[in-house]
Amino acid sequence: MRRPWAGIAAWLDERTGVPTAVRNFLAEEIPASSGWRQVFGGVAVFLFLVQAFTGVLLAINYAPTPGDAYNSLRYILTELTAGRLIRGLHHWGAGMMIVVVALHLIQAFLYGAYKKPREATWLVGVGLLLLTLAYGLTGYLLPWDNRAYWGTVVVTQMAASAPVVGPYLTRLLGGGGAVGVVTFARFFVMHTMVLPPVTLLLIALHVFLVRKHGVTPAPGDELLPRKRFYPGQVFRDTVAVFIAFAILFTLAAAVRVPLEQLADPSDTTYIPRPEWYFLFLFQTLKLMTGPLEVVGSVVLPGLAVLALTLVPFIDRGALVKVTRRTTAMGIVALAAIGWTALTATALATKPGQAPAAQVDYSGPTDWMQLSPEEMAGVAYFRQENCAGCHAIGAGASKPGPDLTQTSIHRDAAWMIRHFKQPGVVRPGTLMPAIALNDAQLNSLAAFLLKLNPRNAAALENAPDFATQGALVYQANDCGSCHQVNAMGTSFGPALNGLSKRRSRSWVERHFADPAKLSPGSGMPPYNLSSKDLDRLTTYLFALE
Amino acid sequence: MSRQSESEGPTRRGFYAGAIYAIGGIVGAALGAPALIYLFFSPKARKAGEWVEAGDVTSLAPHQPVEMVFRRNRVDGWKVVSEKGTAWVVKDAGQGVTAFSPQCTHLGCAYHWDDAKDQFVCPCHNSLFSLDGKVLAGPAPRGLDRYETRVEGGKLLLGGLRPPSGSQA
Repeated sequence: MRRPWAGIAAWLDERTGVPTAVRNFLAEEIPASSGWRQVFGGVAVFLFLVQAFTGVLLAINYAPTPGDAYNSLRYILTELTAGRLIRGLHHWGAGMMIVVVALHLIQAFLYGAYKKPREATWLVGVGLLLLTLAYGLTGYLLPWDNRAYWGTVVVTQMAASAPVVGPYLTRLLGGGGAVGVVTFARFFVMHTMVLPPVTLLLIALHVFLVRKHGVTPAPGDELLPRKRFYPGQVFRDTVAVFIAFAILFTLAAAVRVPLEQLADPSDTTYIPRPEWYFLFLFQTLKLMTGPLEVVGSVVLPGLAVLALTLVPFIDRGALVKVTRRTTAMGIVALAAIGWTALTATALATKPGQAPAAQVDYSGPTDWMQLSPEEMAGVAYFRQENCAGCHAIGAGASKPGPDLTQTSIHRDAAWMIRHFKQPGVVRPGTLMPAIALNDAQLNSLAAFLLKLNPRNAAALENAPDFATQGALVYQANDCGSCHQVNAMGTSFGPALNGLSKRRSRSWVERHFADPAKLSPGSGMPPYNLSSKDLDRLTTYLFALE
Repeated sequence: MSRQSESEGPTRRGFYAGAIYAIGGIVGAALGAPALIYLFFSPKARKAGEWVEAGDVTSLAPHQPVEMVFRRNRVDGWKVVSEKGTAWVVKDAGQGVTAFSPQCTHLGCAYHWDDAKDQFVCPCHNSLFSLDGKVLAGPAPRGLDRYETRVEGGKLLLGGLRPPSGSQA
């Protein structure tokens, strides 16, 4: 079987030269001291390819406009098989990419790999670092949830505060300071159409320069015989890629990347926080207030980038052993300490979550499957103290029959007649008449019909806020336009999952003035008492 | 031999190459498999087919096809779109009602009822269908598709689409 393959390879080589080029690439001679410390560049390229691959997969099911972005991402996460994994790989891949690029830079810095004639290689590398950060910045907006929106508002405000170029940056980012459709379109285009080809170009240039000047030798290498890139160094690169991929895949599979509520520009309670790799900047900004603010947001980061680009022109001495590069080590150590301290402070001072509807999902949540009518029935069941006389499933014997046993044999009409006039329907019964109106009795009957020995215990766990909220829901006849658990009409939007789409404050204000908050809505305003408003919103927010 | 500072005997070289291909294969499979699943598995169904009210059938004349227009909800990716739907509805001599999908089974053109010919006529490639949806002429591969139907209180309710019974799809 070897011969036909060799024939094809020879044919291809003669026509394209690719096999020879690959062979030459792999046969590259590298210094004897090369080893594990040089694997980071290869891993960074691998992670870039993973980002491109998963990015295209996400884009296939993603609509890049503020109107649709959030819902299409939700669709990817909740309705497409493996969608969550693909997004996890893209999210954590971005973070790992920053780590690996930083390690690559630190390695090159420590070993003096930027010295003559490799200054250009270093500069292209700094460019690639900035591109990596630009991906993080632009990609952050694309889920269009509160986190994305408010994070980007802060970033664009910072850009606007830059001396001289601020107004121009604002115009470039679109929308005159507000984050909206224009800013979104520009961030999306940067993230998916501008940055990737530029990155490819710079990676190609970077690798070309590495090959042109050779891998940086350590002092003393010239006395030792050189080795070939393949297979020893390729093996080390591959093992490093495998380790990185194993970490990435574990994170993507095990750690859920949140999708918060739909971006809400009117939410006054949201506290934006950047991704972990920008936390040090975030914290620096907190230390600089007033006129100093622009120093923290623009001047210091600008100086840091300038310092990086100037490194090869400041340190122009001959190559020395890494163990004697104490100044370089000191700088790296100081930077690491500063970064860690700032990031740790930011993490430690993280404010607590706003007291949103906190539902205890650890207990049985079968009650969430009940319709609002049945849930209101639970409220009447408790209000009328039915359990005082009736057992629900196995338990102490009570005067009345076990409702999990009998109700399933009766229909609603019989029950309602029985509630009104127990003595007429069942002569001799001790049960008193229930003083509720027809609609309320309907609710009670609906709940009892649902009751069976299997769900009885779980139904008893229905929290009071939910049963009380359902009463408000029923009293205002919300079901005539909305659906909850597929019950009701679909004239208005279904209310399950509301907490994932809207903030609590938005919903509360929406009740009072629907036309203002969602123009075109046919919903009439509701003037609920603050108690009812709280109960209803809490109930709706608990529905998944 | 001079450039082989590392002991790169044939065994070591073989091990390196094997490990490179094996790891490459594992990583490729771990990325490729989820991608294929993501691309080819159909999205989780959000709703079972629901019945849509098409209109009143009490006043329909028997054997006179009528094009009924109604609104229905369709799941389109991450959206549920409310759109116009139509059906050609034929009442038989008794209480039976048949509702045909408005698309020709050949290439999906919209056909119409031709009173003079007493046939459904597709203008694209001249497929002809009888009152009960059977192919009379033309390239159509099977009779007209039908909606599941139900009549409640004189109102026609339409369910899912299915090919004509007994046809070779």
